[in-house]
Amino acid sequence: MSLADGDFLTVANLLNIVRQVSINAVIAVGMTYVILSGGIDLSVGSVLALAGTLTAGLLIAGLPPYLAIAAGLACGLLLGALNGLLVAYLGMPSIIVTLATMGIARGLGLLYTGGYPVDGLPEWFGLLGRGKLLGIPNPVLLMLAIFALAWLLLSRTAFGRHVYAIGGNEDATRLSGVRVKRNKLMVYAISGFTAALAGLVLSSRLMSGQPSAGVSFELDAIAAVVMGGIPITGGRGSVIGTLIGALTLGVLNNGLNMMGISPYLQIVIRGVIILFAIYIGRERARRT
Amino acid sequence: MPYVLELTGISKRFPGVQALSGIDFALAAGEVHALLGENGAGKSTLMKILCGVYRPDEGRLLIDGEERHFHDYREATAAGVATIFQEFSLVPDLNAVENIFLGRELTRRGLLQKAAMRQRAMALFDKLGYAVPLDRPVGTLSVAQQQFVEIAKALSNDARILVLDEPTAPLTPEETQHLFKVMRELQAQGVAMVFISHHLDEIFEVAQRITVLRDGRKIGCVATDEVDMNRLVEMMVGRSLESSFPLRTPPPADAPLMLDVEAIQLQRGDPVNQLHVRAGEILGFAGVVGSGRSELALGLIGELKTARKQVRFDGKPVRLGDPAQALELGIGLLPENRKADGLILDASLRDNISLNNLAKYRRFGGLIDGAKEMAATLKSLADAHVKAPSPHTAVGTLSGGNQQKVVIARWLQQRCRLLIFDEPTRGIDVGAKAEIYQLIHAMAAAGHAVILISSELPEIVGLSHRVAVFRQGAITATLEGEAIHPNQIMLHATGAQHALS
Repeated sequence: MSLADGDFLTVANLLNIVRQVSINAVIAVGMTYVILSGGIDLSVGSVLALAGTLTAGLLIAGLPPYLAIAAGLACGLLLGALNGLLVAYLGMPSIIVTLATMGIARGLGLLYTGGYPVDGLPEWFGLLGRGKLLGIPNPVLLMLAIFALAWLLLSRTAFGRHVYAIGGNEDATRLSGVRVKRNKLMVYAISGFTAALAGLVLSSRLMSGQPSAGVSFELDAIAAVVMGGIPITGGRGSVIGTLIGALTLGVLNNGLNMMGISPYLQIVIRGVIILFAIYIGRERARRT
Repeated sequence: MPYVLELTGISKRFPGVQALSGIDFALAAGEVHALLGENGAGKSTLMKILCGVYRPDEGRLLIDGEERHFHDYREATAAGVATIFQEFSLVPDLNAVENIFLGRELTRRGLLQKAAMRQRAMALFDKLGYAVPLDRPVGTLSVAQQQFVEIAKALSNDARILVLDEPTAPLTPEETQHLFKVMRELQAQGVAMVFISHHLDEIFEVAQRITVLRDGRKIGCVATDEVDMNRLVEMMVGRSLESSFPLRTPPPADAPLMLDVEAIQLQRGDPVNQLHVRAGEILGFAGVVGSGRSELALGLIGELKTARKQVRFDGKPVRLGDPAQALELGIGLLPENRKADGLILDASLRDNISLNNLAKYRRFGGLIDGAKEMAATLKSLADAHVKAPSPHTAVGTLSGGNQQKVVIARWLQQRCRLLIFDEPTRGIDVGAKAEIYQLIHAMAAAGHAVILISSELPEIVGLSHRVAVFRQGAITATLEGEAIHPNQIMLHATGAQHALS
């Protein structure tokens, strides 16, 4: 057993786990906002792929780096805002809206690339996904920065409080005079933005814009949020929980791999552990 | 006397509060036993223990002399305990028959026996002496009809112990009388009932014994014919109450108009109303439940879409497109249903109170100044006389009266120039009511305009400077001065005025 050998607990392996987790964790930050507000965002995986391929494509086309990166992020922000517009202002259910935009974003990414990976990215672009600062992988630093920012926004600003309030009781929040629609729009825009950011990191790590990347990433992000103790109906919980949830899933994956468990069985075990964790969380919530 | 139900030495603790300590309570067959106490006295907790929602920390529960431990609501139901909660447990999209048999449908070879169920339901309503449309979704029925569906459902379960938690709160006087008739009928059939109400006159009318709780303790159990109202109020609050209505001081006659609406119509074809309210004035909205008072209020703040002409606030024409715009101008509404529309039950007192006040605590470009927020929260909790273990307590764990005060505390912070209170004292005990009247009065005295919607005539009469009486969506009369009298209001509200003339 490698776990007992000590490979598992080396600094190198732990950093490796955090690096592997970072992309899902960044997506899960945006998902945290959406779920806290009482919604769901299924489009994140497709947005990730579209933003990643768009930036890669524009870089290869010779656009200045900052413009290409800004375009990728803006594309995520706008798609998120579109989700928000449809959910908040037209009152459509988030699960349907984001299911549709999931398809739209995926299709746009495939159309843009013709279905082929966008390769041949400039060397410096790898810095984001492969570089290190003081021995810590850049994606990890980026992830920590995003979590710190998200935590500050959620727990220390009026916007954050309103996100919780909307998830807790949208009617009461609206009647008290809070601009619920505007806040919901922002929530989905944030989710689109973090998905796009994760897309850039992924493209950088692979040194390639993959139009088929990110399939089922929305489920991993939702799992991280829910493992982190946020009820799927929203209103309660913390983005710190999401970080812990994402890390737990990462440790689990890594541990199962190192124990040499069949990848098929791993999927089953992961599902069972998620169910178990949510059960524990609910029981704890009931008792208080 | 053989008791169908005995609770002995019941204690229950929640984080931060001892909700019940050592309560004894006994119920005889065919008895209506009133449970009386201020909000937060422990009535609801005791009843939730009886019907299996909570488990007691200490004490025993005996049914027919046999000790029982209910783990959930179903087990209590199976033992013959049925509860009509303040919040109905009906499925709004199903009709009365489907609701009554929900989960216990009559089937033959896996198929529903609709005719048989319908017949059984009709027999139940016959027994109750109350006709309810059986084919319409219950969500479209009146509150009273829904309540009788609840009762029929309980009876279909062969309930022998029926808990009625403030059943009369949403009912009109006639409907209440009918409920009492049904209760006497059930009594004759041997059903034992626990009756919770804040209306002492109702308790005297229908109950044989009264148990009074205060701060989670049992103060006493008395027979209705051996006690008077003053004594009961003393038992409840531990002191005798001075008059619950503050002395009314009229606003100066030249007080500026705060809100002036030339014409407002909810939907095409609805009556067109006109109204105004002055600074420092309390304008009452009277009328029976469903007469359009709340809808007009929601229309005023833009929560419901309306057609309007010439809306002026503080002398300036305004649009009032949604509650957020209303708030910006200084108009706030405290909704009728505080649990569904007023509060975030899972969130803390602080978060609920700060909800629309956060802009005041901004610093460093948007961060909330926590210390300043907490100071303001504590001040408004004190101003509104909220009793709670801490500002971090979840609002949902508080009693109804304290929850209402939390909503008030939120708006006290806003310094609104017009506040609309929709049924501010529904389901609230005598002591808390008096405090809320004081708060409303103090606001008007400080120059705010107030619109008070209430189904309780004494409240309207005791507090309002002017009263707009609603009937079928229209303001049929606006009463002032001596004309503000319960009889006058009822005449206009019921349309008897038309019948007479």
